[in-house]
Amino acid sequence: MTSSDWLCVILLPFTTTALAFPLGEFMAKVFNGSKTFLSPVIAPLERVLYRLFGVDEKEEMSWQTYALCLIIFNIIGIIIVFILQIIQGKLPLNPQKLGSVWWDTALNTAVSFGTNTNWQSYSGEQTMSHLTQMLGLTVQNFFSAAIGITVIIALIRGFVRKSSGSIGNFWVDLTRSILYVLIPLVMIWSLLLVSQGVVQTFSGSVTAQTLEGSRQTIAVGPVASQEAIKEIGTNGGGFFNANSAHPFENPTPLTDFLEILGLLLVPMALPFTLGAMLKNRRQGAAIFAAMLILYLAGLGVFAWSEMQGNPLLQKVGVINGLNMEGKEVRSGIINSVLFAQSTTATSCGAVNSMHDSMMPLSGLVLMFNMAIGEVIFGGVGTGLIGMLSYAMLTMFLAGLMIGRTPELMGKKLELFEMVMSVIIILSPAILLLLLSGIAVTTRAGLASLGNSGPHGLSEIIYAFASTSGNNGSAFAGLNANTVFYNLTTSGAMLVGRFSTIIPALAIAGSLANKKIVPASIATFPTTGLLFILMLIGVILVVGALTFFPVFTLGPLLEHLLMMTGKMF
Amino acid sequence: MLQLKRSLLTFFWLSLICGLIYPLAVTVTAQAVFPEKANGSIIKKGDQIMGSHLIGQLFTRPEYFHGRPQAPSPQYDAANSGGSNLGPSNAKLVAQAVARVQQVRLENGLPLNASVPADLVLTSASGLDPHISPMSAELQVRRIAGERNISENELKKIIQQNTEQPLLGIWGKERVNVLMLNLALDSIARNRR
Repeated sequence: MTSSDWLCVILLPFTTTALAFPLGEFMAKVFNGSKTFLSPVIAPLERVLYRLFGVDEKEEMSWQTYALCLIIFNIIGIIIVFILQIIQGKLPLNPQKLGSVWWDTALNTAVSFGTNTNWQSYSGEQTMSHLTQMLGLTVQNFFSAAIGITVIIALIRGFVRKSSGSIGNFWVDLTRSILYVLIPLVMIWSLLLVSQGVVQTFSGSVTAQTLEGSRQTIAVGPVASQEAIKEIGTNGGGFFNANSAHPFENPTPLTDFLEILGLLLVPMALPFTLGAMLKNRRQGAAIFAAMLILYLAGLGVFAWSEMQGNPLLQKVGVINGLNMEGKEVRSGIINSVLFAQSTTATSCGAVNSMHDSMMPLSGLVLMFNMAIGEVIFGGVGTGLIGMLSYAMLTMFLAGLMIGRTPELMGKKLELFEMVMSVIIILSPAILLLLLSGIAVTTRAGLASLGNSGPHGLSEIIYAFASTSGNNGSAFAGLNANTVFYNLTTSGAMLVGRFSTIIPALAIAGSLANKKIVPASIATFPTTGLLFILMLIGVILVVGALTFFPVFTLGPLLEHLLMMTGKMF
Repeated sequence: MLQLKRSLLTFFWLSLICGLIYPLAVTVTAQAVFPEKANGSIIKKGDQIMGSHLIGQLFTRPEYFHGRPQAPSPQYDAANSGGSNLGPSNAKLVAQAVARVQQVRLENGLPLNASVPADLVLTSASGLDPHISPMSAELQVRRIAGERNISENELKKIIQQNTEQPLLGIWGKERVNVLMLNLALDSIARNRR
């Protein structure tokens, strides 16, 4: 690695952390209902909206009501996106005259955007009208991210409140997430992106006459507005098929930096929100530290693996075997690595390079990031939920060792909380393995492969790790636009999403009901280095036990065979 | 039932904000402040649209600098973006690299055992990458000097003028925009006439 590569690796986490901390504090104020610097502008609008919604700002909800509202709201969204795609041919803002989307693709896309996954089995510029992109997909980008935030805020309230039957008001939390957090950030981001060359227009394609005299059709559209929320909301669904590798989504090094920064920002800020709401900032910092250590460790392995180059290519006369397949010159190797590590550690799934063409061990890191449940920063909201579930598991194990009822942040953890947190941790993992198993044993599953040998297995595992973790990036050699994959990945996305959200709300309700246990000499401190290391250990052990066999057969085997010069 | 009604109302009003007002506000602002960028950084000669600053074009003639090979077919179709998605151990990837390395050597009169820069023989992620590395551009200088009767030094100067630098010197890579290079070549040819 050159010295400028090292500077990139240092610059990114440093800048994001510096911005995430104040954002985290700001969000705590927003959801506590305190005044912020944006209140004078937004509060009046907020009050008007509550009147339009028929919502009483002061009303408090039990966890069951909160979950019910969330589910109804989410399902309406999925249905609307589905219908929009089916009837887009008859609707306005469709300059390319695109027709109705196939039912299985439309269902997959509706579920995908409704669950904050943004897995895309279609090619954006050839499938979706401008209206569908805006009113369907962009809207769900906001809503699914906002829903993620509401759930983590409810869970934090579970820890903060004592002997309370309620965890907040879903409608209020939802509205505040959008008005105070998402909209201001995306307004800034989208204009910065346009200033660099990301397109933003309602016109259809432009036709150019190239220097050599052929015709080139250049697809454009309202890209910047979707691009901004795609990153800020860790959604990841690109306007174009090539996603953030497309020069109109990501034209310069500055946009590259802004997009990685944007997709890390809110997930990185939420641990600080936790600290601020608990009035125990060291607790937020400890959780953040565990995430950061895992992020940097994965980044190290990944960068090393990708920097090695491809020995097969070196042998046939490519300088250093530099693995530029599926990468853009303006990004180069190291920024492609930083983007890929960040997009799989958070559940964003936007890509500025093609992950399928990454070196085998690089692919392994990406799959690990997703398979452990998207907890290294993770999705907006859902990442911290997963991490807190691991924290509960850690305290449970610590409790077993010292023979005391486990506690976390002043709340006793009992059977109900443990069952729920294990559901959060294990359901995506079980589903991933089960569906991969079905795919590798059926003709429908194998027919879609773009690569053979162990890399083919990696394509299948990646698809289900990505969808069950609600990430959305892909080893895109796999043709996922088939009835088999559209239906199985839809299932994975739905289970992955709701097996996190519903149990998290259940835990929130149960914890809010409990008293706060004052810290005593026998309390295991959850802010120190020992806790951080134990938490990381638990994540690594759970991940290794669950996925070691399948990772051995996929990326690890490919790596070993490649080193001996074998091709497939 | 109460929550269902609230759901529908909330959905309607928030959709309006996020799905219409927000993209409209961004479009209006973008078109007012950065009209050239917001419409795709289009390059025109008179009324004729030549292409976009940001989108690569296919160059096959010997008198032009060549860009990267691309995976989608036809190449450089800016309504169909994407990469090859060939895995690193895929025999097809290696076979393609062998053929392209050989082609680059033959076209540019390099020794038959010369190694070539990766970006010139491996496909990009977008299928539209407008850039190549300065090294890949310099490798083509001799061929173009012969074809166009321009001195190699002058060509190297053009490459230097069209080399874009990383952000703050660290973020991103040094790169040359192939379309801009070739436009510069054509304008020299016109001035001479």
